[in-house]
Parts: sequence; C-alpha cells; structure tokens
Amino acid sequence: MKFDWSAVGAFLPTFWNGVLVTLQALALGSLIAFGLGLVWALAQRSSLKVVRWPVTALTEFVRNTPLLVQLFFLFYVMPEWGVTLSALATGVIGLGLHYSTYTAEVYRSGIDGVPAGQWEAAIALSLPRRRTWTAVILPQAIRRVAPALGNYVIAMLKDSPMLFAIGVLEMLGEARQFSSQTFQTVEPYTVVGVAFIAIAYPASLLLRALERRLVR
Amino acid sequence: MSDITWGLWELLLKGVWITVQLTVYSAALAAVAAFGIGLARTHRRWIVRFLSGAYFEIFRGTSALILMFWMFFVLPMGFGWQLAPMWAAVLTLGLTYGAYGSEVVRGAIAAVPPGQREAGVALSFSPAQTLRKIVLPQAWPGMVPPFNNLLIELLKGTALVSILGVGDIAFGASLVRNATAQSAPVYTIILVMYFVLAFALTRGMRAVERHAKAGIGQAPAGRSRLRPATGPTVTGATAPAEGEAR
Repeated sequence: MKFDWSAVGAFLPTFWNGVLVTLQALALGSLIAFGLGLVWALAQRSSLKVVRWPVTALTEFVRNTPLLVQLFFLFYVMPEWGVTLSALATGVIGLGLHYSTYTAEVYRSGIDGVPAGQWEAAIALSLPRRRTWTAVILPQAIRRVAPALGNYVIAMLKDSPMLFAIGVLEMLGEARQFSSQTFQTVEPYTVVGVAFIAIAYPASLLLRALERRLVR
Repeated sequence: MSDITWGLWELLLKGVWITVQLTVYSAALAAVAAFGIGLARTHRRWIVRFLSGAYFEIFRGTSALILMFWMFFVLPMGFGWQLAPMWAAVLTLGLTYGAYGSEVVRGAIAAVPPGQREAGVALSFSPAQTLRKIVLPQAWPGMVPPFNNLLIELLKGTALVSILGVGDIAFGASLVRNATAQSAPVYTIILVMYFVLAFALTRGMRAVERHAKAGIGQAPAGRSRLRPATGPTVTGATAPAEGEAR
C-alpha cells in the first residue's frame, strides 16, 4: 500500500472547510436537540393525554427509524410541501430532531432522579409551578445528566457524515469530492477517519472527567 | 400512494429482505466481537486489555459511515482486497456495534458481585468454568436491555449501505422515488417499515429478557412496550439514573 503524503497536503485546505461545516452542523444540531428534547420531556409529563400521547408516539417513531431516511424525507418531502431549505439547514434540523428524542429520555431520567423531597419542599414553600421547575427541579436534573447529554453530542458528531448524503459538504463530502477529482481515495478517507478519532476520543475523555465532577 | 405499482412494491420488499439479512449477519458478528472484546477487556494481562481497549476506542471513536467508505474504497485501492459490498457492510456494522456491545458485556460482568467469583475459587472451579457457570449466567439478564438498544441502532445503521449502492429498503426507496417522481408516499412507507422491524426486534428481545431473568429467578420488570431506556451510543460516561440495568 502506498500512502501519498502530498495528496494529504493537497486535501488539507478543503478538509478544513469540511471540519468547519461539520462543527457548525454539530453545534446547531446540539442546540436543537437540547432544546427540543426538553420540550418533549416536559410534554411527556403533561397531565393532558392529548399532549402526552402524540408526543410519546412521535418520539418513539423518530427514535426507532433511521436518521438517514429521515434526512431524505426532510430533504425531498419538505420542498413538495413548499418549504425549501438549504441542504445544511435540512441536515441540522434532521440531526437535531433525531437526537432530541434521545435527549428527551435523558432529561426524563434526570427529572425522575430528583428526590421526591425536593418536590415536597417546593410545595411547602408554595413556590409557583414555573419557579419549581426553573429554580428547583431542572438545575438538579440537568446537572446529573450533563455527561449523558455530552455523549449524545459525540454520537451526533459520528452521525454527521450522513449529511453528505443530502449534499452537505462536510468532512466526508469534501473527501468524496476530492477523491472523485484526483482519483486518490486512500488518503482523504484515511485523513477523515483519523480526524474523527482525534476529535471523539479527547471529547470522551473530557466527558469522563466532567462526569466525575458533576455526578456524585 | 396509488402511483406505486406492484413492481415498485416488489423493489421495496426485496429491500426489506436485504435489510433483514444485513441486520442478522451484522448482529451475529457484533455478538461475537462484543463477547470476545468485552471478555478480553477484563483479562489479567495488561497487553490483552490494552489491545482490546484500543479496538474499542478506535471503533467507537470513528463514524460507521466513514468506516464503511474506508472498507469500500480504501481496502481495494490500498491493499487490493475487494469485498462484496454486502460483506463489507456486514463487516463494518458488525465490528462497530461489536465495539459498543463490548462495553455492555464488560459492564455487566463487572456488576456481578465479587463474592460470586470467590465462590468459584472456593469450589475450585477453573477460570473458564467460573465464567461459564457462575459469572455469565448472572451477567446475561443485565446485558439484554442494552443489547436491544444496540440492535435497534444496528437496524437503523443498515440504512447507511444504501449510500454505497447495496439494495436495502432505503436504496429501494430512492429507486421508487425516481420512478414515481414523488417523495412523500414512499419515504413515509419505508419509515413505517423500519419502525415495524424495530418494534418486532424489541418484542423479541423482551421475550429473551423474560427468559433470562426467569433463569436466575427474577421477575421481569414491568415497562412500557417500546422504550429503549438509553441510547446505545452512550458509552463511557453513563448517568446514574439511566436504565442500564445493573
């Protein structure tokens, strides 16, 4: 096997563009996943069946079907409904929506893990409902589940190459383009593969440290 | 919906069969890798632990799709090994999800109380006997729910092969989309197909779990019908309240 380092050098400029797009998709996707996940988690605790059931059905459905197919669905079907978004925007929404169903479970377990005494204390202090959530329950719940949420950011990073299938030029997309232009396949794919490990491994070490600090 | 003719339905159903095959073969390979690597990570020799840990970190650290591209394009170009697309996909998915599974196996084995191993020593069992007759039977029920989550992830992961031209459900859908020039019906149909497959897998694993728990004299915990407690990609750091049954 020959590994051509000059091809690596030629690939690097476009590679950095790809890294930037990947990180962009990851950051925006995480924001959607964290926000929407909390909405799902709270909706699933609602006392109204009309709210609880559709949300539970939707999250179960989204979680049990492939992200890739959901991306195709968003990318091809939304324009048929008159909503046209860029490939990156579609990818970010797909990634965020898919992972929001996972973060919803994480929030749920965090909220369930808050001791009952905390709820009782909030009632004893006659805190209003909103303040019970924002000042008592959620700060404790989110602190406990922060590492688990972080794990999903890493999982999203690893699923971000799927965005290439709808034409987003993230790391894998750039590698694909480079190899089809220069007919050098070994180097770009290897660079991208190594880049993923180089990002994901330190991130998981960081999370383990965070877990030791936050979860006691 | 009416635009999808019988021939096109046949494409989708053939896709279902390919997806099922991919899932079964990859799951079999992943199970072998999970137990092999998971046990190696508890080995006494540091070099075995180090190598299996490196395998785990590498396959967990990289993305399945990138790995699949690597298997499809780099192995033939760089090493001259050309795998049939189906088997390259099975190899990728099996090795990747095997790495996730090894963490489940390791965790479940570590959760067996140390007194059980000591009892094995006291009864002068060999290490292999202790593992087979004492540790694994007790660790197994704890592994089933996280394995279920991984199996669902694996099923979802099989959709990646459509990018590389293996004719699974998602690939069939892209053909149907081209033929009918309509996206909403076919993609809705295949999302439901995937959901039904996932539901069937979950139901099957529930039965396995009941059987496993009954085997060590525990009643199965009552849970909702379709609720993977944790995401499978959660490894390493696990929040305390999450459902990794210990």
